[in-house]
Amino acid sequence: MPDIPLPQSVPLAWYLILSAILFTLGVAGFLFRRNVITVFISIELMLNAVNLSFVTFSYKFKQVDGHIFSFFVMVVAAAEAAVGLAIILTIFKNRQTLEIDEVSSLKN
Amino acid sequence: MEDAILFLLFAAIAVVCGINVVLQTHPISSALSLVGVMGALALIYLQLGGEFIAAAQLIVYAGAIMVLFVFVIMLLNAGKEQKLPRRLWVTYAGLPLLAIFIGIAAFVIHRMLPVTEGVKFGAMTHGNPQEIGRALFNIYLLPFEVTSVLILIAILGAVVLARKEIE
Repeated sequence: MPDIPLPQSVPLAWYLILSAILFTLGVAGFLFRRNVITVFISIELMLNAVNLSFVTFSYKFKQVDGHIFSFFVMVVAAAEAAVGLAIILTIFKNRQTLEIDEVSSLKN
Repeated sequence: MEDAILFLLFAAIAVVCGINVVLQTHPISSALSLVGVMGALALIYLQLGGEFIAAAQLIVYAGAIMVLFVFVIMLLNAGKEQKLPRRLWVTYAGLPLLAIFIGIAAFVIHRMLPVTEGVKFGAMTHGNPQEIGRALFNIYLLPFEVTSVLILIAILGAVVLARKEIE
C-alpha cells in the first residue's frame, strides 16, 4: 500500500474548500438545469455549503455563534422551501409545466 | 490521521452526491442525492464539534425539508427534463469558468488561513445543546422570536398560494 502523507489533524482550509466546491456545484445546478424543482434543490445545496463555512469558523474561534447562525439559516431555508414549493405548485396549476424557460411572463 | 481519513471519506461522499444532484435529469434523483450531501455534511459538523447542529441538519434538512420536496415532486408527477439545444458558449465556457472560480476560492482560502491550524475531533466542546440553548435564549433571544413570526408568515403564505380556488 502506498504511503500517502496525511496530516495529523485536518487543515481548516480543507473544510472551506469543500464548502466552496459544494457552493459552486449549487451555482452550476442553478444555472444549467431547466426544471424548477432541480433549480430549487440547487439553492438548498448552496445554503448547505454556506452552513459548512459557518460551522468551520465557529470551530476556529471556539465560539457558538456560528452554530446559531447556521441554525437560523436552516429555519429560513425551511420557510423558504414551504413558500417556494407553494409557488411551484401554483405555477404548475396555471401553466402545466415545470420548465423554467416556459415561465417568462416577466421578461421584457 | 483518523481525522483526515474520516474527513476525506465524508467529503468524497458529499462531492460525489453534489455532482449527482447537478447531473441527474430526474428531480427525484437530485432530491435523493441531496439527502446524501446533507448526511455527509452532518457527519462533518459532528467532526467539527457541532453536535446540536448535526442533529438539526439530519432532522430539519434531511428529514422535514426533503420530505416536502419529495412530496411535491410526487404530487406534480415531475418527469425527466427534456434536452433542448443550448447556446454554444454556455456549453464550452460554463464549466471552465466554474473550475476557475473554485481555483480562486481555494487559493484565497489557502493564503488567508495559516496552515498550522488543524481540526481535531473533540477539541471544540461548545456545540452541545446546552451551550446552544444558553446562547439562543440570552443573546439571540430577539432574532429567535422574530424567526417564529417569519415562520408564521411563511405558513400563511404557503397556505394562501397553494389553496384550491373556491368558486
